[in-house]
Amino acid sequence: MRDAPERITHYLCIGCPLGCRLEVEEDESGAIVEIRGFSCRKGKVFAEREHTDPRRMIATTVTVVGGRWPRLPVSVTEEVPRDRMWDVVKALRSVVIDAPVAMGEVIVADVAATGVDVVATRDMPLAEIAR
Amino acid sequence: MTALQHLATRYDVIVVGAGPAGMGAAVGALEGGVDRVLVVDREIEAGGILNQCIHSGFGLHHFGEELTGPEYAQRFLEQLLERDIEIATDCYVLDVAHDRTVTLMSPEIGVRRVAAGSVVLAMGARERTRGAIRIPGSRPAGVMTAGLAQRLVNQIGVLPGRRAVILGSGDIGLIMARRMTLEGIDVPGVFEIMTHANGLTRNIVQCLHDFDIPLHLSTTVVEIHGRDRVEQVTVAPVDDRLRPDLSRARTIACDTLLLSIGLIPENELSQKLGIRIDPATAGPVVSSAMETSRDGVFAGGNVVHIHDLVDFVTQESLLAGESAARFVTGRRRPADNIRLVAGSNVASVVPHTISSDSDHTVYLRVRRPLEKSWLRLGDVYERRLRYVVPAELVTLTVRPRFLERFHGDSLVIDIVPRDEPGRYEE
Repeated sequence: MRDAPERITHYLCIGCPLGCRLEVEEDESGAIVEIRGFSCRKGKVFAEREHTDPRRMIATTVTVVGGRWPRLPVSVTEEVPRDRMWDVVKALRSVVIDAPVAMGEVIVADVAATGVDVVATRDMPLAEIAR
Repeated sequence: MTALQHLATRYDVIVVGAGPAGMGAAVGALEGGVDRVLVVDREIEAGGILNQCIHSGFGLHHFGEELTGPEYAQRFLEQLLERDIEIATDCYVLDVAHDRTVTLMSPEIGVRRVAAGSVVLAMGARERTRGAIRIPGSRPAGVMTAGLAQRLVNQIGVLPGRRAVILGSGDIGLIMARRMTLEGIDVPGVFEIMTHANGLTRNIVQCLHDFDIPLHLSTTVVEIHGRDRVEQVTVAPVDDRLRPDLSRARTIACDTLLLSIGLIPENELSQKLGIRIDPATAGPVVSSAMETSRDGVFAGGNVVHIHDLVDFVTQESLLAGESAARFVTGRRRPADNIRLVAGSNVASVVPHTISSDSDHTVYLRVRRPLEKSWLRLGDVYERRLRYVVPAELVTLTVRPRFLERFHGDSLVIDIVPRDEPGRYEE
């Protein structure tokens, strides 16, 4: 039972171009028994994190009205759990904001109840008057 | 950004392009001791391609933190504005003459000639298109570069299609696979003709694996079908000489084909100016001061060679700008005395020459992936490399002490397998 294949999860290390194939083995209770396949400390830390609490940055755009461009780029201020990614993206779909906007301005606070804010990643000046 | 009507007739330094390279060069020029600097860009705002690269991962080296593309651009732009660097946007550079007269054209001022003490070329690069790899088939709408799709989605707010196949595993293609998925576009797969992915492992994991998008290596698109709009593409595996095996071809329904098949430095102005171009990089031959073969004309960033990281573009163009300022103020560094030559498994070397009196950062592009290799600089220096791939530039700092006993005029750089002991090992 200890070596049952369903207890081993595979990951690809993102630490460097080597791209080590990592294996995390866990016991029946879900506790990590062994991490294999890494060739440096970074790889081991990555595998553990990716196995227990994978997180991602999310960058997307929201609608902006009256700005230089029709889309305003936004980003979460810190990584959110990977399985909440779609919740965050969907929560931002209906957002409409008026120009001007300043870089760093909070567009949605505590997005999808993740505890993380979404901010503008650039200034969005008003559209120039058409020539 | 700048009222073009107030354009002066002469500047110390004129920079062509306001992307990361141009902005870096402008800041470098000011730090190098001049104060009248003009940056010209054909776009309606400064920032270049960074403005559409909304994902994070920029700036770890230069700013010590991870920024999105627009944030990186705006931080630099703020430095330019604080220092009263003039920026002319929505303005083309038509010509740079041998005497460094720059001809500009814009809807606001028409055609105008402006004199420059020195010029920095920072035009960046263009994406390779369908024509560059000659994909057979019909010519419907829906075939476009990954960067164009990125601009449509991230800035203009138009989705390029509903179901998009991606050819090429460069980072822009991988990033767009994720971006389009998040916007509700179906991405049935990424196809790469080589045996290895071109993009960073991080992007393979976070842009493909996270969304269950398959990556098909050693496979390419062999035909595009559709009359007005793409209807499907035919893909086929290739052999070790990259010849497609049509007996194993299959079709995939899609309305869009995105190409992420590499970048070409944009050097029409340089060619017009008669600058020497290195066929290996498709960019100008440059000295350690980033000076081209034409006196007083400098270059930095992707116009010189394709970089993997914007941080290195910044580093290189700060130097180009500083050198351009030194040229104007008559404080040029001594001429280079050593030529660098690409040797075994080295596709390109930038800069092309160095001097033996100061430190120089040298960028190398390898031809083939190698695990455990020696990086050798003539017979004066060697270093162990853990792993090299064509997708990642190798950097080498050449220090004067390496060259203390060297009296030649050229050094060959090799990156060779480490199956033999090092020269200086016991």
